[in-house]
Amino acid sequence: MSTARQRLLGGGALALIAIAVALYAAGVFDGQVTQDREQKMAAPEAAQFDAKPLTPNAANDLVGDPPRTELASPDGTAGAHVAFQPPPESTMPTGDFGDVIRRGRDIFIDTPRAAPAYVGNSLRCVSCHLDAGRLADSSPMWAAFVSYPAYRSKTKSVTTFQQRLQGCFEYSMNGRAPPLGAPELVALESYAYWLASGAPLDPKIPGRGYPALAPPAQTADFARGETVYTESCALCHGDDGAGQRTQDGYAVFPALWGPDSFNWGAGMGRISNAAAFVKANMPLGLPDSLTDQQAWDVALYMNSHERPQDPRYTGDVQGTRHEFHNTDDSMYGREVAGKVLGASGAPKPFRPLHAAQR
Amino acid sequence: MKTARSHHSRPLTENPTVARENRLGVRGWQALGLAFGLTLSVSCHADGAAIATTGAGAAPACQTCHGPAGEGIAQAGFPRLAGLGAAYMQRQLDAFADGTRVNAVMMPIAQALSDTDRAAVSAYYAALPEPPGPTTPKTASTSGPEAAAVGATLATRGRWADTLPACENCHGPGGRGVGPDFPLLAGQSAAYLAGQLTAWKAGTRPPGPMGLMTVVARKLSDDEVRAIADYYAELPARGSR
Ligand code: HEC
Ligand code: HEC
Ligand code: HEC
Ligand code: HEC
Repeated sequence: MSTARQRLLGGGALALIAIAVALYAAGVFDGQVTQDREQKMAAPEAAQFDAKPLTPNAANDLVGDPPRTELASPDGTAGAHVAFQPPPESTMPTGDFGDVIRRGRDIFIDTPRAAPAYVGNSLRCVSCHLDAGRLADSSPMWAAFVSYPAYRSKTKSVTTFQQRLQGCFEYSMNGRAPPLGAPELVALESYAYWLASGAPLDPKIPGRGYPALAPPAQTADFARGETVYTESCALCHGDDGAGQRTQDGYAVFPALWGPDSFNWGAGMGRISNAAAFVKANMPLGLPDSLTDQQAWDVALYMNSHERPQDPRYTGDVQGTRHEFHNTDDSMYGREVAGKVLGASGAPKPFRPLHAAQR
Repeated sequence: MKTARSHHSRPLTENPTVARENRLGVRGWQALGLAFGLTLSVSCHADGAAIATTGAGAAPACQTCHGPAGEGIAQAGFPRLAGLGAAYMQRQLDAFADGTRVNAVMMPIAQALSDTDRAAVSAYYAALPEPPGPTTPKTASTSGPEAAAVGATLATRGRWADTLPACENCHGPGGRGVGPDFPLLAGQSAAYLAGQLTAWKAGTRPPGPMGLMTVVARKLSDDEVRAIADYYAELPARGSR
């Protein structure tokens, strides 16, 4: 660091000052990711997709996800229909079991730091399951816990809760599945169990999942989505979708696309899931402020950008699309601005984050 | 010449990454910022350092109230400026100048500064190192373990039943700020912090980006405003921005 300073100041060359001027204007001194909200995205030219109105059920072939119909909240009014309340944190048990529950909560809210061996991006469980997995209509853990084991037609087998958690690490966290029985999974399961204290065993428990939106009135549109993004999302998630970190590298605003985000196999990569999540939870602090149409448009826009390869990649994009993304609900394998999404080759080998990236 | 980016249009000559910034180090950049500030003063006749230390025209020296190191005077509710971003500060000075941010002390001062002055003095303060958090007096009355717990919960967890996110969701861990738009709260004067939240509730501070803080502040009771102000005033600001 000091050599950099000496070089820059000691030299005192005008050229360096000119560079400083340029960098300064670019906002380096404000810290963190520089953005220009009015600058058009470098990425795709506006593209129109002739996607037919999405049938929510087309979204089913997700790893471990229950059928959307089971998750649909009847009236779409966030929280209003939900009777179950998870216990307050102050009542968390003490003792050995309490310690494991607490560890589960800590993994949930700071996944990259608390479970570094299995995480490949800057996201956290809480990035998508708000309020530490407690919030109704934000796919809360208490509702998930009472819904497994569940039979999935896709794999023609029964998925347990721990297996469901494995999928989260592999896809949403772009990482690696902890082995069944790993302390991380046991802790998360214990936390979910405790949150579900007193809840009925019922996969249709109100508040589960993200409240599904009715199909959009107009076909979801990239250009309209970009407008929504610029006005309502870029402030936090950045013009380039990469999110924002503090000076010491902590990702306060998670990445929505790009190498640091969830991969193509994740549930959020489905336009219908993203639209439902965004409508009920984003912009942060202003939930339910977008129209349904805006939520669909911005979800399409978000999921029309490149992200890490689907770990189930079969060796070519169209084959993978055919096998796992054969639905209007996924942009994988589609062409946007002359580039085929997902055409990034084989998945990168998993490398745990090193300390500075967590 | 504009020295700081306005909120809505930012010259983007390149896209510096966090990684690059880390390599050069915060101090390197801050030193560079000072060097640049000085160059600028020669070319544009708006000297941020001079405005801060001696004033400009009808505007008194900023340091009278904001301190020689930009540390503020916590007891008086004069906020610390060191550690805040240039774009953020300039937006505030513009708002004082056009009267949308209502404050009897700062409005005439900001009005006495030209656009260029406001940019230069913002750049000057943004380049100062953050002073360690001063030990500031609390907002009176509500201190005690209960208020502390209320403050800590709002700061780190929020109150989602009321769709109120945690302050940290936007202001970063420890309230140390993130990016150009989410200012540092840690170590700021408690009286000042409480005053701002109250101003948003009353509509005397402009809503700011996306109106987020108006929505947040209106969900807080007066007791909660004091509790959260005390909570952040006591946190260290170091190593941040
Ligand atoms: C990028 C966003 C994202 C991240 C990060 C994420 N999830 Fe999820 N999660 C989802 C989506 C989307 C679903 C599907 C919900 C639906 O179908 O409505 C889901 C579903 C689940 C379910 C099943 C819910 C149910 O009711 O069946 C569990 C359990 C779960 N996630 C746990 C986790 C855990 C634990 C982590 C962290 C290791 C995590 N998730 C990280 C987006 C995310
Ligand atoms: C005020 C800041 C803010 C704004 C504006 C905002 N978000 Fe977010 N967003 C967040 C934060 C913070 C999280 C993580 C929440 C947590 O960790 O508790 C998040 C999480 C997300 C996630 C899940 C995590 C991930 O990286 O995939 C998605 C998707 C998302 N936001 C989309 C959007 C969209 C689309 C918009 C615009 C309609 C938007 N957000 C606007 C702050 C914001
Ligand atoms: C007489 C005392 C005084 C002087 C002199 C003064 N200020 Fe202030 N300043 C204040 C007070 C009081 C506030 C808080 C206003 C409020 O509560 O909204 C403030 C607030 C600010 C803020 C907003 C900080 C934030 O976090 O939003 C900025 C920026 C600022 N002053 C810059 C300056 C500059 C630049 C100068 C010199 C040109 C200056 N001030 C001179 C008293 C002063
Ligand atoms: C959804 C995002 C978001 C959340 C949550 C949030 N803030 Fe803010 N806050 C902002 C933004 C954006 C600004 C900048 C406002 C401006 O530029 O005028 C800000 C500014 C402030 C300021 C003014 C700082 C100064 O120097 O004048 C205070 C005080 C503040 N916030 C306190 C809080 C507290 C306390 C909480 C939690 C109860 C909180 N904020 C939660 C987005 C948020």
